[in-house]
Amino acid sequence: MKWEYESPRKAYGETLVSLGKEREDIVVLDADLSTSTKTAMFGQEFPERFFNVGLQEQNVMGIAAGLARSGKTVFASSFAVFATGRAYDQIRQSIAYPQLNVKIVATHGGVTVGEDGASHQMIEDIGLMCGLPNFRVIVPVDSNEVRRVIRFVASEKGPFYVRLTRPALPTITSKEDDFVFGKGMLMRDGEDIAIIATGIEVSYSLLAAEKLKKEGIDAAVINMSTIKPIDKEIIIKYARKTGAILTAEDHNIYNGLGSRVAEVLVENYPAWMLRVGMPDKFGRSGKWNELLAYYEMDENGIMKAARKLVEVRK
Amino acid sequence: MSEVSPEKIRELKLIANKIREWTIKMTYAAKSGHPGGSLSAAEIFAVLYFHEMRVDPNNPEWPERDRFVLSKGHASPAYYAALALRGFFPEEELLTFRKISSRLQGHPSLIVPGVDMCTGSLGQGLSAAIGMALAAKLDKKDYRVYALLGDGEIEEGNIWEAALTASTRKLDNLVAIIDRNMIQLDDFTDRMIILDPLEEKWDAFGWKVMSINGHDVVQIIHALNEAKKEKGRPSVIIAHTVKGKGVSYMENTAKYHGKPPQNEEEYEEALKEIEDERGKI
Repeated sequence: MKWEYESPRKAYGETLVSLGKEREDIVVLDADLSTSTKTAMFGQEFPERFFNVGLQEQNVMGIAAGLARSGKTVFASSFAVFATGRAYDQIRQSIAYPQLNVKIVATHGGVTVGEDGASHQMIEDIGLMCGLPNFRVIVPVDSNEVRRVIRFVASEKGPFYVRLTRPALPTITSKEDDFVFGKGMLMRDGEDIAIIATGIEVSYSLLAAEKLKKEGIDAAVINMSTIKPIDKEIIIKYARKTGAILTAEDHNIYNGLGSRVAEVLVENYPAWMLRVGMPDKFGRSGKWNELLAYYEMDENGIMKAARKLVEVRK
Repeated sequence: MSEVSPEKIRELKLIANKIREWTIKMTYAAKSGHPGGSLSAAEIFAVLYFHEMRVDPNNPEWPERDRFVLSKGHASPAYYAALALRGFFPEEELLTFRKISSRLQGHPSLIVPGVDMCTGSLGQGLSAAIGMALAAKLDKKDYRVYALLGDGEIEEGNIWEAALTASTRKLDNLVAIIDRNMIQLDDFTDRMIILDPLEEKWDAFGWKVMSINGHDVVQIIHALNEAKKEKGRPSVIIAHTVKGKGVSYMENTAKYHGKPPQNEEEYEEALKEIEDERGKI
């Protein structure tokens, strides 16, 4: 498959700038990572509405809450590990509980952070944020979807967590596609198994499905950008259709997409299931694509899991 | 020193006394809650809600209102009493505090009319107050933002992050008041962490610092006036107070930080002392 690659962070920065031009109520906060998260693009255009607070993630989230309580639509950004883990209690008490209009858009989610290693590779954030009442959680699949998702969360009141990744992502949706909040997107249909993936893992799932086809395994691929609330309908539909669900995410296999999908299956339509993701281990330094191979989260890893799933179902 | 009339000063003292009475009644009715740090802050609440702050009880979300963040959220009995006395909701409702069907949650929540920020996890309120003060500057509004902090609370690192940011951003529309009652949940603050010299610390962080007797309404009014005159930096008022003030057996002890009167005798004694004090105002 031939794809164009585009940085989701850059798409985020550009969308913030265009939103900033349209709406006076948009303000943006960062914690000394704005050149990486690309919120600096907004800061250059609208210095008076941009607050680079410094290395104070906890303070950033509290200030975000105060600005939101005063009528602002607030975007707060940092790396996923600091934006969620470092400031979890501030997010819980000052944003989630009062249901304030704060959009936490974190970049550098997952092991694909790469060379910085385990300290910076956030593999628990989806679990942390899904566990918070009032929070909705979205992992856009490519830069086109980033633009749609950022516009969507800006238009909806209340808290959102949007998780972006560091590497450029292959563009697999078109500019004309819609983002439907809370709905999975069927990227490829199939009869034997269904791969439900999120973020960077969707493109690897498509690559895997292409190769699996040659082995006689017909795999559907679903892009699950909204992790919370999760699209129960499409999960149940494909559990009925294939009887075998594989999830793939750049996150711990605990408390992420795989766990959410398992909950839906167990309560509604038990089916065979396997999860691809970080195996409850901290990551290590390396190139992001080497790491995906190392932890069996690239197309080969997904194919291996798919074969195993087909085997156990027999 | 004060342009305030003797009648107004007497009124504020009576309100502080009423806040103390409600604090005892509410925590006793709930069989839980935090009287110690509510009693120490009674005069501060009285001056803020009956003299200093621009609020409209009939329109709690009035955009031009002054904001208040109770960063030491456990002083909710005194806070709710001040709001009810000011007319944000009926006084009778105060006795529902902490009960299952009540709006009056153990710690301040936005479902209570007049509450600007939910708090309870210590160390966070000053950050929210900064957000509100920044919004005022952005919107070119003249409302002011007040945050009441506990002295135990300022052990939290988040407070010092906020202290750095507030002065960096020159937030002269922000006032922090520290209820310096010297006691936290477990013990005297000095036995936990050395906070002194507190004045010098805030001064070094770029704030205008004032130290006052936090039970003297005239001194509170004066300090708040001085804060209004300050340009280009935030103000902090270190209000030296007595934990449990007004109920002798609750004074200067950690025991009643988070415990109501323990029996009918204690309850009656507390109310009697508060009533006797009223007679002297």
